[in-house]
Amino acid sequence: MAYNFDWGVFFQELPGGEAEYWQILLDGVGWTLAVSALAWIIALAVGSIVGTIRTTDHPWLVRLGNAWVELFRNVPLIVQLFLWYFVVPEVIPPLKRWVVASDPSTVQFLMAVVGLGLFTSARVAEQVRAGIQSLPRGQRFAAMAVGLDTVQTYRHVLLPMAFRIVIPPLTSETMNLIKNSSVALTIGLAELTFRAREMGEYTFHFFEAFTAATLIYVAISMTANRVMAFVEKKVAVPGYIAGGGK
Amino acid sequence: MTFDFDVIQRSLPYLWKGFQYTVELTVIAAAGGIFFGTLLALARLSSTKWLSLAASGYVNLMRSIPLVLVIFWFFFLVPLIAQSLTGAERPPQIGAERTAIITFIMFEAAYFCEIMRAGIQSIPKGQVYAAYALGLSYGQAMRLVVLPQAFRNMIPVLLTQIIILFQDTSLTYVISATDFLGAASKIGQRDGRLVEMYVFVAVVYFVISSTLSFLVKRLQKKIAVIR
Repeated sequence: MAYNFDWGVFFQELPGGEAEYWQILLDGVGWTLAVSALAWIIALAVGSIVGTIRTTDHPWLVRLGNAWVELFRNVPLIVQLFLWYFVVPEVIPPLKRWVVASDPSTVQFLMAVVGLGLFTSARVAEQVRAGIQSLPRGQRFAAMAVGLDTVQTYRHVLLPMAFRIVIPPLTSETMNLIKNSSVALTIGLAELTFRAREMGEYTFHFFEAFTAATLIYVAISMTANRVMAFVEKKVAVPGYIAGGGK
Repeated sequence: MTFDFDVIQRSLPYLWKGFQYTVELTVIAAAGGIFFGTLLALARLSSTKWLSLAASGYVNLMRSIPLVLVIFWFFFLVPLIAQSLTGAERPPQIGAERTAIITFIMFEAAYFCEIMRAGIQSIPKGQVYAAYALGLSYGQAMRLVVLPQAFRNMIPVLLTQIIILFQDTSLTYVISATDFLGAASKIGQRDGRLVEMYVFVAVVYFVISSTLSFLVKRLQKKIAVIR
C-alpha cells in the first residue's frame, strides 16, 4: 500500500505550534467523556421516568410515554442534533440571544448533551418498561395487599428489582451512547473523532490518527463495560436474577 | 424570523434524488450486510479456531467503535486498497456515495452477524444431527435446514435493524454524500433555509420510520401466533 507510516506524528506540533497532536486527541477524549457523562445522566433520569409511567394504569400517562419513545426513536440522531442546534434557537428568541452571546463550543456542548441525552432517554425508557413488565404480577399485587400506594409500590417493590434486571441492556445502551457522542462532531464539537480527523487532515497520517481514536474508543467501551459489570455484581440480590449473583 | 416552507416545494426534485440514494444505500447495505453477516455468523460458530477468532475479532471491533469513525476509516482506506489492487499510480476517485455503500455493507455485516448467530443458535441441535444422519453435508445442513429457519425466526429483528440502518445512513453527511439529509442540508445552506429543511427532514424520517416499525410490530404478532 502506498502509505508512509510514522508513529512519531503524535509528538509533532500543530501548524500553530500551540500544542502537539497527542494533546489535542486527549482534549477530544475529554469532550467525548464530558458529553457522554452528562447525556447519560439525562438519559437515565428522563428514561427512568418515561419508562415507569408507561407501566402505570393512567391511559394518558402511558400514551405520553409511548409518544416520547416513538418521537425520539424514529428520527436519526444527527437530525435531532441539527434540530437542537440549528432549529430550536430560531424558534425561541431568548435562547437565540443566549446562543449569539455565548462561546460556540459551550453551545455545541450543551446542545449535544441535551440532544444525545433525550435521544438515549427513549432507549432507556424502553428498557426500564421492559424491566418492570418482566416482574411477576404478584409483586405488584403483594405490594397493594400490604397497603402500599402506587408511588410506594414503585419505589419500594417494583423499581429496585426492575433496575437490577435492566443493568445488562443499560450497559449496552451506555456503550452506544459513548459511540453516538461522535455524531456531535457534525455540529462542530471537537470531540475525539473530530480531533482524529483534524489530525489526519493536517498531517496526512490518517492511519495513525484513526488507529489511536479506535484504540481509545475500545478502551473507553471496555472500561464502561467493566464498571457496569461491577455495579451489577455489587447490587445483585443473592439467589435472585441469573448471572448477577456470582 | 420568518419561515418560508415553499423552499421545500421548489427543491423537491433534488430532495427526491437524495431520498432515492438513501433508499438505495439502505437496500444494498441491508442485502449485502445480511449476506456477509450470515457468513460471519457461520464463521463465528465454526469449530475451526482461527476462523471463529477472526470473525469474532472483526465483529467486536466494528461494534466497539462509532459509525462516524468507521465511515472516516473507509473513506480513507477504500481508495488506498483499490489502488493496491489495481496497481494504479494514484488512488482512484471513488466518490462519497460509492464509498458509503461499501462502508455500510461492511459495518452492518457485524450487526447482522450477531442477529443471525442468535437465530442459528435458536435452532435445536437435534435438527443439525438429524440433517447429518440423513447424510447431508455441512453446507447442505446449513442451507436447507438451519439457515431457512434461523432466518424466519429472526425476520422481525432483521427488519428492526434495517429501520435503524435506514436512519443511520444519514451519517453519510460527514463525508458530504448527497443522501436525503445531505441534499436537504445543501439546499438549506445555499438558500439560508436550514430551519425549514431540517424540520422537513425530521418529519419525513419520523413518518417513514414509525410506519415501518408499526408494520414490523404487527408482523411480529402474526408470526408469534403461528409459532
